[in-house]
Amino acid sequence: MDRVPILKLGDILIISIQIDLDDQSVLALQEDLADAVVTHGARGVIIDITAVEIVDSFIGRMLSTIAATSRLLDAQTVVVGMRPAVAITLVELGLSLGGVRTALNLEKGIALLDHVRGATP
Amino acid sequence: MTVDADVARRRIEELLRENEAQILHRWTLIAKASGEELTEIYRALLSSLEHGSSDLADLRGLLAELSRARARQGFTPADTSRAVFGLKEALYEVVEGDGGPDAMRGFIWFSRLIDDLGLFTFESYTTARERIILDQAEQLLELSTPVVKLWEGIVAVPLVGTLDSARTQVVMEKLLQTLVDTGAEHAVIDITGVPAVDTQVAQHLLKAVVAARLMGAECVISGIRPQIAHTIVTLGIEFGDIVTKASLADALAYALRRSGIEVIAPRATRIAVRTENV
Amino acid sequence: MTADWELPIAGNADVVMVRQRVRSVAVEVGLSLIDQTKVVTAASELARNALVYAGGGLAKIEVVQNGARQGLRITFSDEGPGIPDIEQALTDGWTTGSGLGLGLSGSRRLVDEFDLISAPGKGTTVTVTKWAR
Repeated sequence: MDRVPILKLGDILIISIQIDLDDQSVLALQEDLADAVVTHGARGVIIDITAVEIVDSFIGRMLSTIAATSRLLDAQTVVVGMRPAVAITLVELGLSLGGVRTALNLEKGIALLDHVRGATP
Repeated sequence: MTVDADVARRRIEELLRENEAQILHRWTLIAKASGEELTEIYRALLSSLEHGSSDLADLRGLLAELSRARARQGFTPADTSRAVFGLKEALYEVVEGDGGPDAMRGFIWFSRLIDDLGLFTFESYTTARERIILDQAEQLLELSTPVVKLWEGIVAVPLVGTLDSARTQVVMEKLLQTLVDTGAEHAVIDITGVPAVDTQVAQHLLKAVVAARLMGAECVISGIRPQIAHTIVTLGIEFGDIVTKASLADALAYALRRSGIEVIAPRATRIAVRTENV
Repeated sequence: MTADWELPIAGNADVVMVRQRVRSVAVEVGLSLIDQTKVVTAASELARNALVYAGGGLAKIEVVQNGARQGLRITFSDEGPGIPDIEQALTDGWTTGSGLGLGLSGSRRLVDEFDLISAPGKGTTVTVTKWAR
């Protein structure tokens, strides 16, 4: 099973998905991340999916679950780098990724986290 | 192949070779094509007959070229294949003059060969036409899909003309790709130049707005004409929380405000100038 | 180009295999990037369905021709419990498992042709086709 590395930058955790994840790895990532948020006391999570070629309902659900779990643990989640083809497919599939914030790229994702935290200290 | 058939076939080959000038002349008149072109095809036919009829690659190549040229010049496919069928008529006169049973039997064989070649011409013609239509459709799509930068971080697609499903899709894909390439977080889809919107097109526009949102960008639709607004309501299409503005200028002002840029009209300056004059 | 591929679906890794094979065939038949993404996503949903609801199955990928157009057809077959109410199974949000209920209904919207044959106790066969534009 492949494990996705979780990077720490200040109080932000960054996950960059670079491989075609099987469902088991997706579930593992969800758990690893929740643990990491608590261990590091992270206030923000950025999931970079620039390299992800498809997001099906399973991965879509992972994104929503991570966002909801992190919120309970007092961390905001931003998904960055979604490809146009992936976005169009998600819309067609009927998946709205409710509760997930998105940004065009990593830089804008970090800026968005700063902005969100500035608004709700 | 029986001995008889082989003899008949050879007789036709002989006739074709002996009466080349006469047959070609007749054929040119019937086919209404250039003599050079037909001579080339005629020679290719003769040489492939020499090597046995299975080797028709050269001949087919020439015929395909003829069909392509004619498709581009606007000939009908019937004209094009009739040009090939004309060779039968041209040869028949020679066969009639010969009158022998071998020549007659051979003519039936030859006739079948020409029919095949004629149909091949027809097919090549159609393929060539389809190619032309496809190319034009693609060119039209490219022509009609500009994505322009209005401001740092704000792009716009001014849509002009009738929108069909395919075109809307292409424009939307291009818009989303531009968001990625430029990092623009605001996009304006302006439909001032669009005379009508049907359910499908409206759906594509909506999907593009939702897709842009999933990617982390915000889309505004501007320039909805009163009739189109009416259609949208009548069709029962839900625009939900999608921002719409009356004009491109309003949409730009909105996008600027959203990106934290304030535009102030330089009124104060003008007053200052006037005071100096007094 | 008439070669078919048959891939067994017995575990999570096989779903990934199906996705990758479908993508490479989709590229080969000339699907646009968007259409590639759509058909791979649909394949992922349907392969997972076969795994989750029937414990496994088979995915057959073939290149199909319709006049000048080329397309990609995938057939997912399993010998699971089957679907008692197909109408209901194709409704958004309906699920008997732990998913979002978008697998069947969602993948139907991602392809050009969608064919579902199923009966209780007889397994399920889903055939989807995507044509190059």
